[in-house]
Amino acid sequence: MAAAQIPTRNGLPVTPLYDEHVRQGARMVEFGGWLMPVQYQSILAEHDAVRSRAGAFDLSHMGRVFIRGRDAMALAQYVFVNDVERLTDGRAQYSLACNEQGGVLDDVIIYRLGGELLVVFNAANRRRMVAWLEQQAAQRGYSAAVDDQTGRIAMIGVQGPASEGIVQAVCDVDLADLEYYASRRGNILGSPGLIARTGYTGEDGFELVLDAAAAPQLWRNLTEGEAAVRPCGLGARDTLRLEAGMPLYGHEIDESTTPYQAGLGRVVKLAKGEFVGRAALEQARERTDLPRLVGFRMLDNAIARQGFEVQAGGRTVGRVTSGSPSPTLKANIGMAYVEPALAAVGQRLEIMVRGRPAAAEVVPVPFVPHRTKKRPGAAPKQG
Amino acid sequence: MDPDDRKYTEEHEWVQLTGDVATVGITRYAQDQLGDIVYVELPKVGARVEQSQAFGVVESVKTASDLYAPLSGEVIEVNREVVDHPELVNQDPYGAGWMIKVRPSNPGELDRLLDAAAYARHVGG
Repeated sequence: MAAAQIPTRNGLPVTPLYDEHVRQGARMVEFGGWLMPVQYQSILAEHDAVRSRAGAFDLSHMGRVFIRGRDAMALAQYVFVNDVERLTDGRAQYSLACNEQGGVLDDVIIYRLGGELLVVFNAANRRRMVAWLEQQAAQRGYSAAVDDQTGRIAMIGVQGPASEGIVQAVCDVDLADLEYYASRRGNILGSPGLIARTGYTGEDGFELVLDAAAAPQLWRNLTEGEAAVRPCGLGARDTLRLEAGMPLYGHEIDESTTPYQAGLGRVVKLAKGEFVGRAALEQARERTDLPRLVGFRMLDNAIARQGFEVQAGGRTVGRVTSGSPSPTLKANIGMAYVEPALAAVGQRLEIMVRGRPAAAEVVPVPFVPHRTKKRPGAAPKQG
Repeated sequence: MDPDDRKYTEEHEWVQLTGDVATVGITRYAQDQLGDIVYVELPKVGARVEQSQAFGVVESVKTASDLYAPLSGEVIEVNREVVDHPELVNQDPYGAGWMIKVRPSNPGELDRLLDAAAYARHVGG
């Protein structure tokens, strides 16, 4: 099914909230092929808002694709590495699509909604992944429809310790009863939608999916109504996920990395049966020589950035995948692939910054403990 | 409005000459474009700077940008406050956010810089 016509500005697709962002003073930048807000007034203030109370995110650039039909589950089981048969109605799972060599094509969240699946893709990978799903369905003779709804439905995230009360005020689902990585259909300010307790910050939070036409009113209600949640852009989204130790496609994972290298082996369910990349992943799991992803904290006063060379003992041993200041820790952090022998916590490294070595050390991830609630009312999940 | 007691470069630095001491910083427009400034790297006292050449680095949360010297000379003072508190550059780019003081080797170089009105046209136009 053809994707809905997506409006553009300056030649780039925009979300249903574009006019709101501009009105609220956002700086718009190109990201994943879309024109998106990178910040409103301050990345640091937006980041702090999420950690201390709550922030609102426009996530409508992300690919939202429904898989429907008799073989919907079989298609997802074949294309993604996690075990979708274990995904019960109303629950979600983090997963990856790999190519035949075991390299990562995308990381996704899959929501089971009755007999159909909603898959959320990274914006930059949407078209490629829709084509991939359709190709695999055809090759395997699956009776399944791949329905890209990205242009028709908006997605708004509300993340932070105060998010439950804020979201409860705009929806009729009992959120005290909604577990982490669960979702429920309900009404959001009177408009039918999906409320999921998922996120990309390490905080408790929700992702709200609803018709594009209903999104601006919801955004205004959240960011300008009684709750007055601070609108947050992609800049804060990135600093938050980095602190939470979460990978970003194109940085920590891409087609040149296997899930095992990135510490995502737990997502790969080799025993579930046949799926794309299975044979390669079985071999990859046994490799002890491939570069390994680590978190690091700068010891010298410098900021590491994606692509910077990592050295140890005067020779190149790896490369930075992401780096930035950590507003919560008031330190500079990052992630890098390094030789496996140098991946231990406490290992000293040197990051080459503008031609000079800056000292760093490997630290555990996440950098900031997660506070997502496994069961509402339970203590926050550790790690 | 940008103060008219100093000169400006197209790369958004300012220089204020008082006697034989030139104070250098970045403009209000520059700090606004950068966003939250989290790191400033400045030369040591005694270093030479050359007009239009990079003399340091300013980093925001997302990017690093070179700082270009508005004039040539010798660095005689470095503002440790902005190194320790980079947010000063956002808060007070024309005052407490100053970066280096330079003894100019050729004060005539300032003649080819922009005055406040010309700079305003440069960023507004």
